[in-house]
Amino acid sequence: MKCDFADSLLQGYFDGELSDRRAAEFERHLGHCDHCATELVDLDWLSGMLQLTQIYEPAPASLRRTINAHVRPIAPALAASQPLLWQWLTAAAALLFIAFVLWRVSPELRSDDYRAELADEIVDAHLRSLQPGHMTEIASNDERVVQGWFDAKLKFSPPVRDFARAGFALNGGRQDVVEGRLVAVLVYEHNGRPINVFIWATREPDTSPHTGSRQGFQWVDWRKDKMEFCAMADAATADLEQLNRLISE
Amino acid sequence: MSELEPEERARFEQLVLPHVDAAFNLARWLLRGRTDAEDVAQEALLRACRFFRGFHGGDARAWLLQIVRNTCYTWLEKNRPMELSMEFDEEIHLQASLTPETLAISGDDRERLILALETLPPRFREVLVLRELEGCSYKEIAAITSLPIGTVMSSLSRARRQLHSALANPTQKGAVREV
Repeated sequence: MKCDFADSLLQGYFDGELSDRRAAEFERHLGHCDHCATELVDLDWLSGMLQLTQIYEPAPASLRRTINAHVRPIAPALAASQPLLWQWLTAAAALLFIAFVLWRVSPELRSDDYRAELADEIVDAHLRSLQPGHMTEIASNDERVVQGWFDAKLKFSPPVRDFARAGFALNGGRQDVVEGRLVAVLVYEHNGRPINVFIWATREPDTSPHTGSRQGFQWVDWRKDKMEFCAMADAATADLEQLNRLISE
Repeated sequence: MSELEPEERARFEQLVLPHVDAAFNLARWLLRGRTDAEDVAQEALLRACRFFRGFHGGDARAWLLQIVRNTCYTWLEKNRPMELSMEFDEEIHLQASLTPETLAISGDDRERLILALETLPPRFREVLVLRELEGCSYKEIAAITSLPIGTVMSSLSRARRQLHSALANPTQKGAVREV
């Protein structure tokens, strides 16, 4: 037999949601209502089953590691002495994860009409660079030092200039691989975020800048003086365009 | 993207990180799998980190679980839209697939329970998980799911009834079969 109390109070009583007065009222009712007593046993049985079988699944260690690394990217002692590096690495780790998530969650974001393969390669290289310790092989804001480092390694000479006064500080450079060929990468920092400028030799004529975005990153691509440039970052397109103008001057 | 200042980071570690298990567990049951749950819980936690400046105190677990839930639903809409339509024909669905017979195939209690829980429509599953596994109050569940408390209670009641009849002992088997 269905009881009026069953719907209104039974579950609230079981879940401890009733006020003391209401709970006492229900307990008085429970003393002479078989229906509610049976239902209460059922609720208790189900709840016991859910608890006892231990189906609660705690987070895997890998998730904890990822999140901890995101929140606290490097050792505190190092962070205290190098706040800029710390911010930078945090941003880098964050970008990497966001990009990874975007990549996982929405493959459709990967379609783009601009030279899809090349853009993918550059995004990959950009992502690789964001891992701690992968950004620069030569870390210096000295134009001559960085230029000399490149000249010893490359057959072409990328224009190495520091634009710190315009807000784009040269942080150094590295060599990277895009579509199987070695490219030069100039690393700038703008508003605490890294910008990679990929540069390689080309025989194609000069072009004005193209802009686009891919996996959440913005890029600007242009050709000048037998070199192709692609600046990529998690930054506003306008910032990258400004860097394009500074480099092309 | 915005990053946490050292002070906020300490607050985040203190208030939000203790609930990483809760975040994963909810995602695991909403998405019915550990691999997807890890990806989506991670995305949700990173979002929480980004949005943390907007969190001005209150129940950090509910705040985080709300983000986890939204992230899960967005993911489901994108990847398994069929699952979300389950709630509209839950009764048919229940009769079709969730009976003691189908559950009896997997012998042990734990497997039966997992299968039964996973077969519930997501809206029922989430209130049950939040109440029974996470120990949330009705008010907390309402905050996490953005549902009125009355809807939380009725969903919980129906979820329990469905789960109970699915798991009920073999003496009730005949009755269920005739439905």
